[in-house]
Amino acid sequence: MIPALVVFAYLGVVLYIGIFAFRTSRSNSAEDYFLAGRSLGPTVFLLSLFGTNMTAFSILGASGHAFANGIVTFGLMASSSALVIPVCLFAIGTRLWALGKRNHFMTPVQMFRDRWECGHIGTVIFAVQAALLVPYIIIAVMGGGTVLRAITNGYIPYELGGAIVSSVVMAYVFLGGMRGTAWVNALQTTLFLLFGTIAVFVIGGGMGGFREAMEALLASPATSPLLTRERISPWYFFSYTFIPLSSIAFPHICIFCLTARNVTYFRKTIVLYPICMLFIWMPSVFLGVVANQATAVPAIQAKLEARAQLATQSAALTPDARAQLRARAAGDDVILRLVDGYAPLWLAALLGAAVMAAVMASDSQILALSTMFTEDIFAFYQGAKRFGPHMQVITGRIFVVLVTAVAYLIALRTPQSIFDVATQYAFAGYASLVPLLVAALFWKNSTKWGALATTLWTASAVAAVAVIQNYIPPPPPGTSIVVWAIGDWEIVTRGATGTFVTGMLPVVPMTLISAMLMIAVSLATKDFAKPSDATLSRYFRR
Amino acid sequence: MRSLAIAAVVLLYVLHQDFWFWREARPLVFGFLPIGLFYHAAFTVASAGALWLLVIFAWPSHLEEE
Repeated sequence: MIPALVVFAYLGVVLYIGIFAFRTSRSNSAEDYFLAGRSLGPTVFLLSLFGTNMTAFSILGASGHAFANGIVTFGLMASSSALVIPVCLFAIGTRLWALGKRNHFMTPVQMFRDRWECGHIGTVIFAVQAALLVPYIIIAVMGGGTVLRAITNGYIPYELGGAIVSSVVMAYVFLGGMRGTAWVNALQTTLFLLFGTIAVFVIGGGMGGFREAMEALLASPATSPLLTRERISPWYFFSYTFIPLSSIAFPHICIFCLTARNVTYFRKTIVLYPICMLFIWMPSVFLGVVANQATAVPAIQAKLEARAQLATQSAALTPDARAQLRARAAGDDVILRLVDGYAPLWLAALLGAAVMAAVMASDSQILALSTMFTEDIFAFYQGAKRFGPHMQVITGRIFVVLVTAVAYLIALRTPQSIFDVATQYAFAGYASLVPLLVAALFWKNSTKWGALATTLWTASAVAAVAVIQNYIPPPPPGTSIVVWAIGDWEIVTRGATGTFVTGMLPVVPMTLISAMLMIAVSLATKDFAKPSDATLSRYFRR
Repeated sequence: MRSLAIAAVVLLYVLHQDFWFWREARPLVFGFLPIGLFYHAAFTVASAGALWLLVIFAWPSHLEEE
């Protein structure tokens, strides 16, 4: 009961933050609501940008992945992000900030339209960006319902839990706009940092020390590979370094780059970003690996038994039976189980708040979608001129309510697996859109037709991968189904954990082809589609 | 120094692919941290160092004037 009370107290605090942000807003302008008046200070900018990038996956999914795959999780997802994301902020984020401030841009599409002197192509980019963002919002509503049900031991049903969490998120985004969202994200990051460090010490003490646990894992042939990377190929490992490119192309991150009061605030964020990654991801991954030795916890023991059964009998099982066994072996809740088994009540309460903070990370995405709709569609298609600029904020707020309500209704009716697939490949989609940003900011000869080719390719590639994932059931672990081959060369395969292109994640060919299309189509069209010198001089001053 | 800072970032990207600890769990650093995990933790700290060099020596200061 205490964890549930702490979670409700947390919901109350974030709601109050929204109200406080509403009261302290200086004007009713769109820039103030959507970008906090471009006035965020350095500490909130760092903590909030980091929190905006962290989803429920960072705390729960990372430990679940490490539970099944071992220490490789940190190299795949954390250390590569610790380098690539800050480099993108350095090279692209700072330039977006400067252009946004000078030209009053509030969304990436506004910049693309101006840079390439286009209108409807910008709308196509908006549509693809929005389509890739919506599943995250739906997943968050589902997460809210699931977590509240789990924390209250079923006292609050899934439907009511989803409604409560969605309403709280909607309320503070509606009232506080970017200012409220940034403050809530800063609080969320602080909670993550606190929980991770404390959890390692408390659970380590409860298990009788990590030294013995590691030696025991190494002694068993079934678990010793979890402490190395022998089960995956170097190419697969390399392909993961493309995933963090997606971060800077996510609209909520692009838009967040515009909120800093001064470009120098990026400095601290860029340097400290890897340290934040270390403090949040290392405990998640380490505890996920160590959970393989926590056989005294019945729920974890049941997962290990399901995994052993999957390894020995998988080939003889039907796809449905295999999927059920895979679900029983899944480790997304191992940290919750470790806390149940080894930690005192107060840590469980802190974890409850941290988990709730993680599933509420959709706030930035809802606000970004609202900003994009208001600026890229409503204002662009004459809405601001016809109804006046004050209608922009009202439209934005109405859109926040609509997006949340629609996401809630969809979450009630649709299986989560569909959106799990969508979010899995949204990362690849956004990484594939990075050439748009790079070309707009660094390449004079890029054209709107190159941008259109890149965008359409991204949409088609994400759709193709989603179709493969949905219609070809995963084969038993260690095997793969060939989807497309030339002679003996297997190009596209469906494995137990996803779709692969020549053994790598689809993100690699998607991003490279996207860049090649931008180059080839721009060069082919530059004679008649190159923007005017006046436009280019605003982007390339020297 | 600007080139050095950029080279440090590129070098780190290459060093992320640490095939030399691929199949090794030992030594356990501090008695409990597999060497592959320790390497990537150290890599993360080194990234902060390289990024510090980048913001000191390659900072786009012309953007501050805009």
